[in-house]
Amino acid sequence: MELVQFKWEQDGEGIVTLTWDTPGKAVNLLSMSAVAELGQVIERIAGEASIKGLIITSTKQGNFCAGADLDEMAGISGAGKDEAAKAVFDAMMGIHRVFRKFETCGKPVVAAIDGTALGGGLELTLACHHRIMAQDTSGRIGFPEAQIGLIPGAGGTQRLPRMIGAMAALPLMLESRRIDAASALGLGIVQKTVPAAELITAAKAWIAANPKPQSPWDQKDFRMPGGGPFSKSGAQVFTVGNAMLRSRTYDNYPAQRFIMSAVYEGLLVDIDTGLKIEARYFTRALLSDNSKAMIRTLFHSMQELGKGARRPKEVARTEVKRLGILGAGVMGAGIAYVSALAGIDVTLIDTTPERAEAGKTHSVKLFDREISRGRSTSARKEEVLARIHPETDFAKLRDVDLVIEAVFEDRQVKAEATAKTDAVIAETTIFGSNTSTLPITGLAGASKRPENFIGIHFFSPVDRMMLVEIIVGKHTSDRALATAIDFTGKIRKTPIVVNDSRGFYTSRCFSMYTLEGLMMVAEGITPPLIENAGRMAGMPMGPLEVLDSVGVDTALKIERAWRKEVKNSDRPGAPEEIMAWIVDKSGRPGTKAGKGFYDYDNRGKRARLWPGLFSYGNGTWRSDEDVQEIIRRLITIQALEAARCYEENVITDPRDGDVGAILGWGFAPFTGGPLSMIDTIGAAAFVAQCEALARKYGERFQPNSLLRDMAKTGDTFYSRFTRRKAA
Amino acid sequence: MTDCFIYDAVRTPRGRGKKDGSLHEVTALELATQALQAVRDRNRLDTAELDDVILGCVDPVGEQGADIARAAVLKAGYAENVPGMQINRFCASGLDACNLAAGGIMSGQTDLAIGGGVEAMSRVPIGSSGGAWPEDPSLAIPAYFVPQGISADLIATVDGFSRDDVDAYAVQSQKRAAEAWKDGRFAKSVVAVKDALGQTILSRDEHMRPETTMQSLGGLKPSFAEMGALGFDSVAIQRYPHLEAINHVHHAGNSSGIVDGAAAVLMGSKEKGDALGLKPRARVRAFASIGSEPAIMLTAPADVSKKVLARAGMQTKDIDLFEINEAFASVVLRYLKEMKLTPENVNVNGGAIALGHPLGATGAMLLGTALDELERRGKSTALITLCIGAGMGTATIIERL
Repeated sequence: MELVQFKWEQDGEGIVTLTWDTPGKAVNLLSMSAVAELGQVIERIAGEASIKGLIITSTKQGNFCAGADLDEMAGISGAGKDEAAKAVFDAMMGIHRVFRKFETCGKPVVAAIDGTALGGGLELTLACHHRIMAQDTSGRIGFPEAQIGLIPGAGGTQRLPRMIGAMAALPLMLESRRIDAASALGLGIVQKTVPAAELITAAKAWIAANPKPQSPWDQKDFRMPGGGPFSKSGAQVFTVGNAMLRSRTYDNYPAQRFIMSAVYEGLLVDIDTGLKIEARYFTRALLSDNSKAMIRTLFHSMQELGKGARRPKEVARTEVKRLGILGAGVMGAGIAYVSALAGIDVTLIDTTPERAEAGKTHSVKLFDREISRGRSTSARKEEVLARIHPETDFAKLRDVDLVIEAVFEDRQVKAEATAKTDAVIAETTIFGSNTSTLPITGLAGASKRPENFIGIHFFSPVDRMMLVEIIVGKHTSDRALATAIDFTGKIRKTPIVVNDSRGFYTSRCFSMYTLEGLMMVAEGITPPLIENAGRMAGMPMGPLEVLDSVGVDTALKIERAWRKEVKNSDRPGAPEEIMAWIVDKSGRPGTKAGKGFYDYDNRGKRARLWPGLFSYGNGTWRSDEDVQEIIRRLITIQALEAARCYEENVITDPRDGDVGAILGWGFAPFTGGPLSMIDTIGAAAFVAQCEALARKYGERFQPNSLLRDMAKTGDTFYSRFTRRKAA
Repeated sequence: MTDCFIYDAVRTPRGRGKKDGSLHEVTALELATQALQAVRDRNRLDTAELDDVILGCVDPVGEQGADIARAAVLKAGYAENVPGMQINRFCASGLDACNLAAGGIMSGQTDLAIGGGVEAMSRVPIGSSGGAWPEDPSLAIPAYFVPQGISADLIATVDGFSRDDVDAYAVQSQKRAAEAWKDGRFAKSVVAVKDALGQTILSRDEHMRPETTMQSLGGLKPSFAEMGALGFDSVAIQRYPHLEAINHVHHAGNSSGIVDGAAAVLMGSKEKGDALGLKPRARVRAFASIGSEPAIMLTAPADVSKKVLARAGMQTKDIDLFEINEAFASVVLRYLKEMKLTPENVNVNGGAIALGHPLGATGAMLLGTALDELERRGKSTALITLCIGAGMGTATIIERL
């Protein structure tokens, strides 16, 4: 027996402690080689009479196992579709055989979980007879598979419901919840929690007391906790669970349905048959285009961008220790909060002390909410708040490493703020503008040092939105870019890097969604159908609801400015007319006023579409329009704009395009992003779809020449990019 | 093709389907048995002449399980050469049992048979047999499963029926049922359920609330709003995305009642009837079943009515009386709208909202009710139809002789 990833130690009592420590890796991953070693281990445990039991633990400092090795899994393939399916299925059945042996070896096997155990790591512990978790770890356990289009594949869909009941197990897997040791104990996933230092002692004690354990489902009198699918309560779980799943996901996530199915079908049979059922669903999920796109964007690309994939490598690491923020409004206050949280000293400037102070109060409120939910403490609140200094005097910016301007979205106002700042900051200080629409190169004109000027575009609410869109202007230096990316990493957000353009990348593509929704209103499609189609398309809100939330008045202003400045036209288009009717004529500027396209209750919750909306135009509405066609329009117009951005070099890396779309404006995550979606559909099919839509609805759907080229050559965004990088 | 004659139809009264219902003490087997005994005794039937007994039952588990038709044949003391078969097409099972019996006769493979059904809902609750349709994610999710009550509210929303519309229909059903009882119009078919000593346990339908008014119904809370909020409303809206919200209008007072009951219909060829000295009352003109969109679920009665009319070479105006099962008020209102009918000749003696809906038996009961009423009115043709779970409909046209 040769072990590389595990250390074997046998004590005088015949108890073996197997310590997981994959050499050269920061975390343990459940790879095929790890499973093979575990297979050897359990054979020996079962075979040697002197061995009384097994403890599995790790040494990765609070990280038991981060899950399966996704790269390795993606590599399992075959000559064709059938061969690949067989290879994956066989590999999963191989894991099941080893894990079953853990359960049936006749000797006690205990998992001593010293920290995070996710996915395959958690599944390994579920195949042990007993789980003890460190109570003083910040580690979490959970099943993140569904987030990237997969399902738990090493027995999770079978063992977890048999352990805690389907009602408790399903949400953990479907919603990828991560829970701490106390919750795990409460749910019955782990049987005991002890201080990390006592894990092994506790495990040995359990082994001594339980020489011949069996997993519950291997016992003769086993009963499904909460009953099987056709018990009274079980029937509720699945009948209502199916509806809740569709209600939450619009059935856009095949893996989530697979999880439901694997649990339902698996609980109707014995554990071994159940594991086989799981392996088939896992194989289907892994080999789907959907999971491939999700894994690439939501796992690999997100991680790569987070680690600074777009950072100019020649520039030495920078660190922002002191940050200046101009404007203590919603955005400035939000940026102050996330920066102070990351340990950065923040000078928050506004025109009056009251305004500046109000910006700090925002952080107080956010902390109070966290504290009331038990997610933070008053000590932490005091510590972080002490780092935010509300000021009115620009001179206080003298020592900052980075300035972020978040003043009113107006060139003149921004130019003044820029000049005032330039007068006091050091020559090396980087100046970032949080503009969402105004081209950076133009704004940089107000600066004495345009090479230090860069766009750092945050999304609202800043504390929750994970994306930062970094905009490189004509004169922006590599050092400015590196500083912005390093800063984004420090505040734990994901940066994408785009080139200057009106609306940059995110605002530009995203506005296509709302404009298309308004075009549909103009065509007389009944508003609920448009809104539901938006949600069914996988967008977080319908186009009209989105307009309400950003402010119909704001959107109207942008649209008017665009017409005058870009289109040079005096004639408003249909979207502008509708928004003007809502804002100017009907006095409904959006969610902030409690009224826009929708009525809102006094807590700002969406109540219903404003009944008056139905009197717009001639007051007649079509409700028989094919919802699939509406969905196609809403999605295609955004993806097409992303493709245009790529052709125009606004984005130069498809990872920026896909991650930015999902994190920035919530573009249908199951597609892996707009560019991935086009790659999945195939450029030729996408071009044909665009052309068909262009014939019916107008030139705005006409595909660009890049897409036409790709359609001819059968190329994809990602293969083009890989070739370009290699060249 | 051989004519299929209807010789007789009997039914038990419908007992309230709860613990305090009169028939709660009676087994499902006994209910079916008494229906079979009644049809035998009224017609002095030599049961050895029967080729089959087909009974509908929607939750055929426990005491209703394992072919209750054969069990009832044996318990009723029928000749042992009479086979029995239980069928299930949800709410139309009783009518489908008759159609199946008729099909055998019309094709010449059967000479004499009984169709009918039984459901002791107070004892074997609705849903007891489980089933994949609501639960199996591989079907329920892609096919937009919602419970029937949500479907009924969905119909009301799509068709624009208000709470007042559905309540008004319910009041009319109660009024018509009460008048029918007062007038003795059910007397021909209803046979009292008795105990072993011959004491009557129940002789009248006991779910009725003749005192029902718009006002009394107005106080009832919608039954399916909470269920809708769990996620089913969203499912219904995803299937009908032009709707913004589901208007929950149904409640216990405008939906069919949960009751216990059984029914049996004696059918046969002319030759067999002549030989046995039976007097034919009506002829089966045509029957049909159909599938429809399963989420809205309950809209097939119009589709299947059109299908069966075409099969019979008839038109709506050729039908004198319509019986459509009152699963929910919106089902009937939509049927009236789609078939362009007026209430005058539809469910003239009320329906399941007043009388109750003993799932597996109802179809056979409606057949008998229509036949009795044709005779009372001296009219000729009736169309009987029911909406069915999972989006189906069954219909039968009979013609009085």
